[in-house]
Amino acid sequence: MSEWLIHLARTLLETCRDMLPIAGIIIGFQLLVIRKPIVNPQKTLVGFVYVTLGIALFLEGLELALFPLGKLMATQLTTPEFLNISPDQVAIPWQAYKWIYVFAASIGFATTFAEPSLLAVAYKAEEISGGSIRSLGLRIAVSIGVAFGIALGTFRIVTGTELYFYIISGYVVVLIQTLFAPKMIIGLAYDSGGVTTSTVTVPLVTALGLGLAQAVPGRNPLIDGFGLIAFASLFPIITVLGYAQIAQWLNSRNLSSKQ
Amino acid sequence: MFNHPFTKRLFSSFLDLVPILAVVLFFQIVIIQQPIPNVAQLMGGTLLIILGLSVFIQGLEQSLFPIGETMAYAFARKGSLFWLLTFAFCLGFGTTVAEPALIAVTDEAARIASKGNIIEQSDAARENYALGLRITVALSVGFAILVGVLRILRGWPLFYLIIGGYCCVLVMTPFAPAEIIGIAYDSGGVTTSTITVPLVTALGVGLATAIKGRNPMIDGFGLIAFASLTPMIFVMAYGMLV
Repeated sequence: MSEWLIHLARTLLETCRDMLPIAGIIIGFQLLVIRKPIVNPQKTLVGFVYVTLGIALFLEGLELALFPLGKLMATQLTTPEFLNISPDQVAIPWQAYKWIYVFAASIGFATTFAEPSLLAVAYKAEEISGGSIRSLGLRIAVSIGVAFGIALGTFRIVTGTELYFYIISGYVVVLIQTLFAPKMIIGLAYDSGGVTTSTVTVPLVTALGLGLAQAVPGRNPLIDGFGLIAFASLFPIITVLGYAQIAQWLNSRNLSSKQ
Repeated sequence: MFNHPFTKRLFSSFLDLVPILAVVLFFQIVIIQQPIPNVAQLMGGTLLIILGLSVFIQGLEQSLFPIGETMAYAFARKGSLFWLLTFAFCLGFGTTVAEPALIAVTDEAARIASKGNIIEQSDAARENYALGLRITVALSVGFAILVGVLRILRGWPLFYLIIGGYCCVLVMTPFAPAEIIGIAYDSGGVTTSTITVPLVTALGVGLATAIKGRNPMIDGFGLIAFASLTPMIFVMAYGMLV
């Protein structure tokens, strides 16, 4: 118990350290440049304490519950015994790894859905758009994007194809979609690419990528193990743009059928 | 008790976690067919996550969102471009340079670079390389927020800047050392932490609301997108130069 409390205290201290530069910048600029007192300083201060405490508890919980199990599973699913391959086998069809793709997609979806940064952005988007963008719909669209991205990323590691071929094709799709998507979603869609991968997703996905690159014969974990995060940042843009396009299309169809 | 806002928040945090629990349990029991190790620890940790998530969102509404917006209004009223851009740069640089995820990635990159004989195989060389990379990424995020804020003020379309940036990435990729590409692409994703995202989003939306002729929905978002894009360019440039 005391060991655990010390660990919790350390996590809390680390979160405080991450918070310090931000607090420093805000206070510095408030005092020196803006020179106006903060409205409701007490409430704000308590809010900062909540944010710090919340992140620390969240991280602690992840360390206790999800990370050990998630990483263990990522390694178990990529062991040659589970995949039923012998070490000296050279060519393994990509279908042999089917559970990896399913696991990658489902863990990508599930972790993104619980990602606090995405929660914050979705919350803000619903508020700003006056409810025309639903927080839940946006989060599901982003999670589907990450699920697809990570599954495709593991497929890339298995087949050993070039990372940048996928990324470039992805951005070409984004480019074409941007031309046709409703203007108001574009900024949000681009942002959702960046927010998907933080606290929860990165450690689990990295473990999966490195484990897989070690298990598949002929892959170099140093080169092939990376790149999953890039996939997870790209595909949400496509799904969010797609979500807006479908919503727009449904709306216009409803309108025209009413006329 | 059950209608208290915080109780509702706890419940919705629990719902956010259901997918993860479902995935983990399904794969552990049905596919891997192993018993779950340490059930008590799993349950305790899950409770902490739910509590942490709820407290975090409570704090978000109470501090990070309002402070980001009031500062955006204050800067817009003050009308000093110089100080606003300085603030934007500091915010990007300051929050990124100490980011733990970034430190982990740069350490990994230094190991790879030393195995690939790009740098000397000594601890000092590795540390130097990792630190250089970290500062590069932090500079790039500072630069990104600065350009993003300038874009909101001037009303430039987000689209052109993003496409321009990705063209840069495409042109640079074939010339960058192969070992750095994966890291460069990944570093775009790890820079934006849980504390930075709400603050930067509130800043952008606040600015776009305060300035006449800007639409918060069209112009307010996009800062995070820049912060994920510029590290790719800067890290590849670092890989080419060092």
